[in-house]
Amino acid sequence: MSPVVFGILAVLLMVSAFGVVLQSSPVRSALSLVVTLFLIAVMFLLLDAPLVAVLQVAVYAGAIVVLFLFVIMLLNLQDEPRAMARASILFSAVLLGSLFLLALLRLFIAPNRVRFGVGMMSAVSPDFGSVGSLGAQLFTRHLLAFEVTSILLLVAIIGAVVLAKRRLA
Amino acid sequence: MVLEIGIALLRIVAVLAMVMVMAGIYGWFERKVSALMQDRIGANRASIFGFAGAGLINTMMADPLKFATKEDFVPSGVDRLLHTLAPCVGLFAVLVAFAALPFGDTVQVGGRYVPLQAVPLNVGILYILAMLSLSVYGVVLGGWASNNRFSFLGGIRGSAQMISYELAMGLSLVAMVMTYGTIDLQEMVRAQGHLIGGWLPAWGIFYQPLAFLLFLIAGIAETKRAPFDLPEGESELVGGYFTEYSGMKYLMFFMSDFIEVGVVAGIIATLFFGGWQVPYLGADGFHFPFGLSLALPAVVVILLQLATFLLKVVFFGWLQILIRWTLPRLRYDQLMWLGWKGMLPVSLFNVLATALIVLAVQGSR
Repeated sequence: MSPVVFGILAVLLMVSAFGVVLQSSPVRSALSLVVTLFLIAVMFLLLDAPLVAVLQVAVYAGAIVVLFLFVIMLLNLQDEPRAMARASILFSAVLLGSLFLLALLRLFIAPNRVRFGVGMMSAVSPDFGSVGSLGAQLFTRHLLAFEVTSILLLVAIIGAVVLAKRRLA
Repeated sequence: MVLEIGIALLRIVAVLAMVMVMAGIYGWFERKVSALMQDRIGANRASIFGFAGAGLINTMMADPLKFATKEDFVPSGVDRLLHTLAPCVGLFAVLVAFAALPFGDTVQVGGRYVPLQAVPLNVGILYILAMLSLSVYGVVLGGWASNNRFSFLGGIRGSAQMISYELAMGLSLVAMVMTYGTIDLQEMVRAQGHLIGGWLPAWGIFYQPLAFLLFLIAGIAETKRAPFDLPEGESELVGGYFTEYSGMKYLMFFMSDFIEVGVVAGIIATLFFGGWQVPYLGADGFHFPFGLSLALPAVVVILLQLATFLLKVVFFGWLQILIRWTLPRLRYDQLMWLGWKGMLPVSLFNVLATALIVLAVQGSR
């Protein structure tokens, strides 16, 4: 990925990500989220991972945020009045944010830091990011995590059904 | 470098032009088939010097001109940006979905290989699914940004319907991916080039008739057309999510509907009916099973393949329009029942059965 393209994408990503937080209308917030997820998909595409990019669009932008929008519209949420958060929330937000920033900075500080520039991007094998190689990884090396995730989803589905049944009864 | 970019641009423009003409042809079908079904003549008012072209002048020239010159009315108290964005998003999603469909085999022109496809993607079918899943935003935003209860209900109905039927659609395609062993659309079409038992073309429909049926139903539901046109149900919701749209924006909703019909027809042709493959036509001409051969120059073969693909796409679009004017609308609970309790289990069964058969075939080798 050329630095120029990356720079443009990164700026657009930052703008849309800030849009998610700063918009007062919930629908516009959700749409900013769609744009952010779409731009991340473009990033994946430029990193030679077309499969992940397409899945990102299909699953996140095409399904999950649609459900967000569905709920926002069903509850008929109006524009949120802009207000300063309570001191305790503000404090914990700043704390968590700094911790995350620290973790990121840690990547670039010695001893085993990530080096930018030459040698950072090594050549990948031709089938990198293909359906076959991704599937093979999922069903061999990450089989346990894969299966545990499916159980998690199953639990969520059963939970939703139980809650819906209780309301009907 | 300049030549490469030029060829790529030319491919994109060619596909775009074909898609636009096709949308016009579907508009003509829509008017004519509805007239036929309702025992009218239909779409024959506009003419140039007495030439009406069986309604083609009406649908391809008079209608767009009328939409373009109409007032673009925006209701009060709406989010103007989202109101304008909605038809654009809808049209964008279905237009870019076409980019991955192969129109013909890779052609060798003056030492370079040119794929007859807007963008050759190795994640083809998944890309089309991803783009189609984005088209729901046009419906949801249009419904929400119109500040109208009818539009809003249409948008809500549309989003629930499209998410529900995406599952059966995706699963029917999973079975096809397992059958071909690839997700590259061009590879899938090439795999349909040989013959079963020496005479039957190896088209997807002969391997996966159930997947074809599931995909056809889910595809029509995705295009939000009758019998699945609840998001726009005229008798209940005026016009549904596009009630508050007029002029070009209305035309854009209209066009995205027809282009989506074309995308569904294109996937059906590519996956189940051999794409650009003509039965018994090889790279050097026809080879009929009863021993007759007919040699053809390469250019004729390529043109035949291109024409065949377009003909298949037009035919399956016509079929969808015929279904749309034949069947009455479902009730909403019937729609949800069919999607979740009818088609989802059947498509899951189809995936399981396909997996077992693929395993057995691989084991016997």
